[in-house]
Amino acid sequence: MEYELIGENLVIHLPEELDHHSCRDLQQDSESLLAENEIKRVVLDFSSTSFMDSSGIGLILGRYKRMQESGGDVAIYGAGRRTERLIKMSGIEKLVKKYDDREGALLK
Amino acid sequence: MMEARKERMELIIESRSQNESFARAVATAFLTRVDPTLEEMEDIKTAISEAVSNSILHGYEGREGNIILTMELEGSQVMVQVRDHGIGIEDIEQARTPLFTSKPSGDRSGMGFYFMEAFMEEVIVESEPGKGTLVTMKKMIGRR
Repeated sequence: MEYELIGENLVIHLPEELDHHSCRDLQQDSESLLAENEIKRVVLDFSSTSFMDSSGIGLILGRYKRMQESGGDVAIYGAGRRTERLIKMSGIEKLVKKYDDREGALLK
Repeated sequence: MMEARKERMELIIESRSQNESFARAVATAFLTRVDPTLEEMEDIKTAISEAVSNSILHGYEGREGNIILTMELEGSQVMVQVRDHGIGIEDIEQARTPLFTSKPSGDRSGMGFYFMEAFMEEVIVESEPGKGTLVTMKKMIGRR
C-alpha cells in the first residue's frame, strides 16, 4: 500500500491482491494522513489490483464515510472489469466518482 | 469421454491473515485441473477468500486456531468447505444478511456472505456457538 499526497488529494495505490490481510493497516494509516493534511479527495488507484474481495468494498465505504464527515469525496481509477462488477453488485457505484486515469481523478 | 473421477484435497492453515492469499493460491492450483474459465476461477477464489477471512476475523477473532479448507472436484462440480473451531455464529440468518456486520467500526462491508452466495450456486452454513463453523459451497463449472 503506497500513499501519495498531491495538492488536496490523498492518492492510495492499492495492492495487487486486495483482501482483509492487505487492507488491515489502511484504515489507521489513511486516518493519520487525513488528520495531518488538508485533504478534499481520497483517490483510490486500482490499476495494479487483479484480485479483490469484500474487503475492497469495505475500504471504499470506510473512506466514503470518512470523507462525508469532512465534506470531501472519494474517486477511483484503474478499476478492472472484476473490480467494477463487485462495486456494482454492492450498490456503491454512486458513492464514488469513477475516472479512467489518474489525471482525471485528481481534484485540481 | 473422460471418466469423472473424484479428486479431493485438504489444506490446514493457521488463523493468520497472510494465509488468505495462500488459501486462494492453493485453490487456484487445484482448480486448474478442471480447466475453469477465468470468471469461474475468480468466483471461487472470492468465495474462499470471504469464508477464510470470516474464520480469521470472526471465528477466531485474532486468536490462534486452525482453518481447514477442503475441495472436491467431481465431473464439473466443485465443492469447497471452510471449517473453523472458533466461536461460531449465534444468528446465521443475521450474519448472511447483506450489509450486516458485527464489526462496523473496522472497515467491514457486510458483503462477505452475499458474495459467497452470488458467486457459488449453493452455500450452506452450519455453526454451533462455542464449537465452530462449517461453510459448504458448490458450483458447477465448464458450462461455456
